[in-house]
Order: sequence, then C-alpha cells, then structure tokens
Amino acid sequence: MSRARTSLPRTIAAHGILITYTIIALFPVILIVMNSFKSRKAIFASPLTLPGPETYDPIGYTTVLGQGDFTGYFINSLIVTCGSLAGVLLFGAMAAFALSEYRFRMNTLTGLYLALGIMIPIRLGTIGILKFMVGANLVNTHLALILVYTAQGLPLAVFILSEFMRTVSDDLKNAGRIDGLSEYRIFFRLVLPLVRPAMATVAVFTMIPIWNDLWFPLILAPAESTKTVTLGAQVFIGQFVTNWNAVLAALSLAIVPVLVLYLIFSKSLIRGITSGAVK
Amino acid sequence: MSSVELDAPRRPVRWHIAVFLAPAVIVYSLIMIVPLFETLRSSFYRVAENQAYFAGLENFKTLFLDDRWAPQFWNALWNNFYFFLIHMVVQNPIGIALAAILSIPRLPGRTFYRTAIFVPTMLSFVIVGFGWKLILSPLWGVAPSLLDAVGLKFLFAPYLGKPETALTTLALISVWQYIGIPMMLIYAALLSIPDEIIEAAEIDGVTGTAQFFKIKLPLLWPTIGIISILTFVGNFNAFDLIYVAQGALAGPNFSTDILGTLLYRTFFGFQLQLGDPNMGAAIAAIMFLIILAGVALYLFVIQRKITRYQF
Repeated sequence: MSRARTSLPRTIAAHGILITYTIIALFPVILIVMNSFKSRKAIFASPLTLPGPETYDPIGYTTVLGQGDFTGYFINSLIVTCGSLAGVLLFGAMAAFALSEYRFRMNTLTGLYLALGIMIPIRLGTIGILKFMVGANLVNTHLALILVYTAQGLPLAVFILSEFMRTVSDDLKNAGRIDGLSEYRIFFRLVLPLVRPAMATVAVFTMIPIWNDLWFPLILAPAESTKTVTLGAQVFIGQFVTNWNAVLAALSLAIVPVLVLYLIFSKSLIRGITSGAVK
Repeated sequence: MSSVELDAPRRPVRWHIAVFLAPAVIVYSLIMIVPLFETLRSSFYRVAENQAYFAGLENFKTLFLDDRWAPQFWNALWNNFYFFLIHMVVQNPIGIALAAILSIPRLPGRTFYRTAIFVPTMLSFVIVGFGWKLILSPLWGVAPSLLDAVGLKFLFAPYLGKPETALTTLALISVWQYIGIPMMLIYAALLSIPDEIIEAAEIDGVTGTAQFFKIKLPLLWPTIGIISILTFVGNFNAFDLIYVAQGALAGPNFSTDILGTLLYRTFFGFQLQLGDPNMGAAIAAIMFLIILAGVALYLFVIQRKITRYQF
C-alpha cells in the first residue's frame, strides 16, 4: 500500500528539501573546520575552497596549543562530565528502583518532588547555589560542578529509569529474594544489568548539556585550574578575536570531540528520542 | 504498606528504601531545591551597611518602576518573548515539515539526513555563537559572497551589528541549532501512527498533503504541545548564545538583552555598575514565576484541551 504513495517526482522533491536542509545544518561546521587549516590570506581570499598544498597552514593550531592550556581544559571537562554522569546514573538508578519497586507512604510525593526539576531549570537557583558553594568552600573545584550537574541531571534520569524499571519482571526479583539475595544485591546484580539500554539513553541526554554548559563553569569554577573546554574556548576566543587562524582552530578543536562522541552514540541517542524516552 | 509504621511489629523498618532514595534526594534538595528557595527568599531582602533587612516587594517595585531599572527590565522581558515567538513561528513548522518528509516510507538515506540535521544540536553555544558571528561578519565576507552567488547580495547587512536585526538573527541561529529536537520528536510521533489509520484514510481517498493536514496533524498536537513547553522553558532560561555572540552587555545597545543576560549583569555587575545579588535574585524570581506560569498553563489548560487518541 505504501508503494502507491511514493511517486518519483515526490521522492526527488523530498530529497531536494532534505539535502538543502542538510547543507544548511552542516555548512557552518564544515566551513569552520575547513578554514582552520588555511593560511590567513587564504581564509579571506577564498573561504569556500578546501585547503590545498598552497593554502595549508597549521599556524592556528600551533597558536592555540601553544597559548591556551587546552589539554588541561579537556581533562577538566572529562573529570566534570564523567563525575556527574556517574552520580546521575548511580543515584538516579537507586532512587528510580526505590520508587518503582516498593510501595511506601511517601512514594508518589517523592516522585513528584524529584520530577519538579524536569521543568524548573536549576539556573534559577544560581544565586543560592553560589552562596552554598562559597559557604562550603567549594568555589573553583571540580566537585562544585559535579554536584550541580548531578542535581541537574537527576530528575530526568529518575523519571526515565523508573519507567523502565517497572518493566523488569517481578518473578525474577522474587526468585532472587527466595534465593536469599538482599535488596541491594537484587538491585545491583539483577535489575541494573537489565536496564542498561535505558542507562545509555540517560547517559547521552545527561552528558551533552554538561559538556556544553557555559553558565556554571563561568560562575562556579572560572579559575585556570578548573576551566572546562567550553569556558576555555570562550575565553580564549575572546582574547584572540582578531587572530582568525587561532579562533577557527580553537572552534574546530571544540567541535571535534563532540562530533566524535555524537557519531559513536547517535544510534542510542536517536533510539532514545524516538522510543519516547523524553515524552 | 508503610516503611515507617513503628507500631506494626511484623513489618520492620525497610531501611533499604531510605538508602536507595537518600543520595538522590539529598543532592537534589541541597543543590537544587534549597538554593532555589534561598534565591526566592533573598529577592525580598536588601542590604544596607552590610546588614541584610527584609524589604518586602521593594526590589520588585524598583525593577518594575525605577528609572534606572525598569527600561532595562521591560526591554529584556519583551525581547525574551520575541525570542520565544520566533522559535515558535519558525522552528515548529520547519521541524514538522522535515519530520513529515523523513517519515515517507522507504526513503533512502533517511538515517544520514537524520544524523546530519541533528549535528548542530550537539554543539555548544560557544561554537555556534562564534561560528555564526564569523560567518555573518562583513570582514570575512562569506555571507555576502554566498548571497551574491544567488543574486541576493543587496540583502546583506551586518545583521548582528544592527539593533533592528540582531535579536531576530540570534533567534534564527538558535532555531538552526535546536531544530533537531522538534524534528526528532515529531518524527517519532509520526512513526507511531498505526498503519490502519493511514490505510483507512487512503481507502477514503485522503492522500498526500490532505492526508497530512486532516489525519496526521491532529494526531501530532500533543507532541507539538510538549515541544512548545520545552521551547518556552529553554528560551526563558537562555543566556549562553547571547553572551557568547554579543557579550554580557547584549549589544548593540541592549537590543539582544534577555532575562538571562540581565540576570548575569545584575548579579555580577559590569563595567561601572556593581553587582547586586538581591536585585539579581528578584530577576531570577521573575524568571521562575514566568516559567512556572508557562508550565502550569501547559499542564492544566493546554494539555487538557488537546484531544488525545489512543491507538
């Protein structure tokens, strides 16, 4: 029946529109990466051509790598992202398990309380968060960012994971109980491995906004030793505005890791969205 | 069925429930809920001679009426609504159109298109903001020469540098970045429409565009509602893109100032003005109320009016 609907002109029109939009989506990215390998003269003389042997010039990259401590920023971003991810996944899964597995008096209320954060952005509490971090002497530490991002990621993680955990068979868990497994073992040994696909979805959703965030690094951890890549690139580019080679190289360096991660995880991300995980 | 009923001796306190819940509830309360209330609370206070005192609604009065604050505040609020409006008008129709085309059965290359169109959504605001700033810069000349190639050179202007066009341009850049999300959600909704409904429509002679508007679109309203509220919350919480592209002063001449950038400037101060945490808290409180109102409107009015169809 669907064959009747796919006529040739319509297919061509569909491809035409999609190709046009794909170009709109990718053109800026390609343009930046392409020009980052060119000499200053070539960037301005022929911005739309690929770098050739005459126009190739890695000066931008040598400036960036020589001036800013990008390796350090990168490590900071990794620490913060991985730390927060571990917190969100472990604490989120534990809370989701408690909410989906046991019936107790405060169950619905706790669930609603945790779900508040899905709609209310954590940024609105920035002033209170900064006071708290100053009081706890955590300003300019990785831990400050990790705590904030864990709190930010938990609501959605609990929501998605508890939906998934409801689908884990009761018979399996009860069999474990009869075999004398403690509730903790049931969670870690039986349930966690079964919800791994959902954990992957949550991980991708949590990771991207953390890696890309500018607000909290700017406010809570602007020191050189805790700067993340996003903030580092922003500051660096702000200082080198007129050095086009360096700016383009810094942008490309910031694009590449995200792009690589995306291509690795795009399947599980898109599956997550299209299976209704965020609805 | 309760964990804390101490008078029921046959059911001991189930400590494991508390252990499972504790880390999440503690981190979430301590870092999110308490600071949020602390922020709301400090919006009712002022500081004089290093002494905080309760000032009631004074901060809000200053924000709404005072000559030094009110123009900036109303400007930022209006700009924020305009920013949201552009998203609704541009992002949703394009997202729906792309999703509708992607969901054509047996379209070759579908995965490629889907992946490619989603790429900008993954990039950080720093990349997006600076990248577009460079592309639109008259210095580099990429935008004018591209427009020249299609014979539209007269259309070029330094869009980000002119107060009349800067905000619209930034909103469109933000749409460019986030179009992947509505596209994916609507694409998923379209795929979940059962074949029987489409077949029934075809038997009745409803095909092509008519089928989309008469059969599929009504089934998409709940998804469009979710996308709208997500966009609303995101827009009234936006900051990064404008900060990166135009700086904390949201130039030219505050024409791109939205509540997020106003909050940042107020709280941290800029140039000659000192930071004012209490006024900053007042702006955060207004943002909170706007988002709360939006979410409540969605949950209690829009969501109930939308007809849902169960398959």
